[in-house]
Amino acid sequence: MDEVAGGFGVWLPIDISTHGAGVDRLIIVLHAFMAILFVGWAIFLVYCLVRFRSRGGCPARYELPKAKPSKYAEIAVVIIEAFLLIGLSMPVWANVKNEIPQDKEATLVQVVAEQFAWNFHYPGADGLFGKTHSKLMGAENPAGLDREKDPQARDDIVTINQLHVPVNKPVRLQLRSKDVIHSFSIPVLRVKQDVIPGMDIPTWFQARQTGKFDIACAQLCGLGHYRMKGQITIESPEQFQAWLAQEAAWMEGKDEEEVEE
Amino acid sequence: MSTEHHPHPHLPFWRRYIFSTDHKMIGIQYALTGMVFLLVGFGLIMAMRLQLAYPKSTFPFLEALFGSVNVPQGIMAPEFYNQLGAMHGTIMIFLGVVPLMVGGFGNFVLPLQIGAPDMAFPRINMASYWVYFVGGVIMLVSFFVPGGAANSGWTSYAPLSVIATAGQTLWLFGMVALITSSLLGALNFITTVIQLRARGLTFFRLPFFVWAQFVTAFLLLLAFPPLEAAGVLQLMDRLAHTSFFMPSGLVVSGEMQEQFTGGGNPLLWQHLFWFLAHPEVYVLILPAMGIVAEVIAANTRKPLWGYNWLVGSVIFVGFMSFIVWAHHMYLTGMGTTLSTFFQATTMIISVPSVVILTALVLSLWGASIRYNVPMLFALAFLPMFAIGGLTGLPLGLTASDIHLHDTYYVIGHFHYVVAPGTLFALFAGVYYWFPKATGRTMNPLLGKLHFWPSFVLMNGIFMPMLFQGLGGANRRYFDPTMYEHTLAVQGWSVVISWSAWLLAVAQIPFIINLLVSLWAGRKVSDNPWQATTLEWAAPSPPPHGNFAAVPTVYCGPYEYSVPGRVSDFCMQHVAQEA
Repeated sequence: MDEVAGGFGVWLPIDISTHGAGVDRLIIVLHAFMAILFVGWAIFLVYCLVRFRSRGGCPARYELPKAKPSKYAEIAVVIIEAFLLIGLSMPVWANVKNEIPQDKEATLVQVVAEQFAWNFHYPGADGLFGKTHSKLMGAENPAGLDREKDPQARDDIVTINQLHVPVNKPVRLQLRSKDVIHSFSIPVLRVKQDVIPGMDIPTWFQARQTGKFDIACAQLCGLGHYRMKGQITIESPEQFQAWLAQEAAWMEGKDEEEVEE
Repeated sequence: MSTEHHPHPHLPFWRRYIFSTDHKMIGIQYALTGMVFLLVGFGLIMAMRLQLAYPKSTFPFLEALFGSVNVPQGIMAPEFYNQLGAMHGTIMIFLGVVPLMVGGFGNFVLPLQIGAPDMAFPRINMASYWVYFVGGVIMLVSFFVPGGAANSGWTSYAPLSVIATAGQTLWLFGMVALITSSLLGALNFITTVIQLRARGLTFFRLPFFVWAQFVTAFLLLLAFPPLEAAGVLQLMDRLAHTSFFMPSGLVVSGEMQEQFTGGGNPLLWQHLFWFLAHPEVYVLILPAMGIVAEVIAANTRKPLWGYNWLVGSVIFVGFMSFIVWAHHMYLTGMGTTLSTFFQATTMIISVPSVVILTALVLSLWGASIRYNVPMLFALAFLPMFAIGGLTGLPLGLTASDIHLHDTYYVIGHFHYVVAPGTLFALFAGVYYWFPKATGRTMNPLLGKLHFWPSFVLMNGIFMPMLFQGLGGANRRYFDPTMYEHTLAVQGWSVVISWSAWLLAVAQIPFIINLLVSLWAGRKVSDNPWQATTLEWAAPSPPPHGNFAAVPTVYCGPYEYSVPGRVSDFCMQHVAQEA
């Protein structure tokens, strides 16, 4: 697996998603715009502070300056803000919100957040998610599956804090929470989505590069908020399938053990 | 009101200094209490900065200070860190800045500036202070209940806050008291401005500070009731297990939450909270702009540029501040339609803010600037507020918010608005009106020793935060070394922490100056800055009832350097030959 080293610091972290370039473009253009405005304005301010300091024989003028340039500057600011909003922000948001990949093409994972872990629930070989029940949720059964009575749940795979996804394929996550509000965030994929109990919120991404990266919780969720850490492993489709098979075999082995007991 | 016109020299001590109905004494009570709370809130963050700079170290002195429950074996407990964070925000906003800005400066200056003998309802004014005081005591006491103070952030998002320890209940009771106090104050300010202006003081002759306070009072009056209601709903959820904010099927630490019937919605809390809390941001900044405008006008010796634009903008900002709240909630699953509306309103509200800033800077053109201490703070406010405002843009647009939401960028952004922004305006106001309150001035050398280090260190704290946030560093982390993207910017946390601690040292000259000048400050005339507005027409300190004779106003608030006049300022109450 080719690990991506570095790429973190006091500027935007590396971006390995397909939609992240739009996010980054907006942030960069915005900061250039802010820097130009601020520097230009600050030069004017400093000029005024020096030129119009109190001096003998130089009384203040009662008349006010006409300030046409400032009027033009303000109109320019309005136009630029409109462009940033309509040209650079809305298309990215529309892409993130409205072009959620359909079930057939995407890898589907249900994410169940809890204090202070991420549970990832894969549908297994049948491609169907078993029903989850609050009453069955516990340390042994974080997703609350009824593996005995629910045939769709029997082959489901549930992992804790380990998310595996294939590279160059759309991945769709359905985010839910058992207890309080969390926020599912993967900085390198420019993914951040609040996870709110009582809601089932979709988010998606498509990774362009393989590697292992951090998943963080971005919304204060209690005393363990800072350590609600997961890991995403982006791998080739073959490796991903192999991992799924391995997890399925492990699950089966566990079931058989239980039966023998 | 007629009985209030005359001074009351024979009031006993407790009626004069404790249960006073004099707006000036109440203003000073608010200001001193507010400053003490600012120090408390600052103290909490200094302890947090220790944890953030040196997360794996032990600090026995913290254990000695906060007890072994909160700091076992010299290592801060994460739940205690969360208490400090929640209470830092709560104390700074609701117990520090707002009481100082509105209760302190509003109470002391506003009636004087409109030529009134007192506020319209002096006893309600007294009640408002004491209800605030009770709210403050409840907040402080909450640190000592089992489980400590509230620990769900100053935002108190449900369901976390509903299942939190007992401190949250006290937080809600405290908030109800503080909100009640603000509502009493807001009613009083609005009535006072409408009813008690001196003869000839039309609305468009009001000093800009009065306009800012007037609009602020409307924000408080209209925005706080929803939060008070929401606070009561959250109390019901906590105490009576109603489910306003609690959805069905919650499982906390493996336990079904069957005491709640469910069916509630956590987002409802966020909407009600931010419907207050966004206007609240403008409650923090508009009075600051008011102070800065007064100080700039007096020390440029010329009229403010675009008075009508300033007034129009402040009213427009006030109105718009009610329809931007959901920009705090872009990542709660909001689609494109709603987010487009809130992005657009957020971009629109930046326009009047830019107009206000531009007007204040253009006021410098053709001026004769006196660089005294209040002016230094007022001038520093301008670039600091500019940075605070500009960094709001990336957070106000959804696409950039994906990356920056809930990172240190947010903390840097709003602190630029309220710390070197609002707090610098507060300091400007203290140095500027101290002579009016005491008849003495504060020491200018100590003032400069306060200003310059504070200016540098404020930027040392908040500028690196913006870059940490761009790097993706999450806020509200007890240990910032757990992730690749947070570890990469950890070095800056040390810089930030040392800047914060040194900033505390830089406040020592201010505290000394404030206390010593009360007795040893140079005595000055009633109008030491040669300013034009009515408060300078009253004696220093003004007696109960304020003015010897009710003033009549003849001109606008900023008639400086009028051509053809001998003096470079025309006070509002002095009739001039045409």
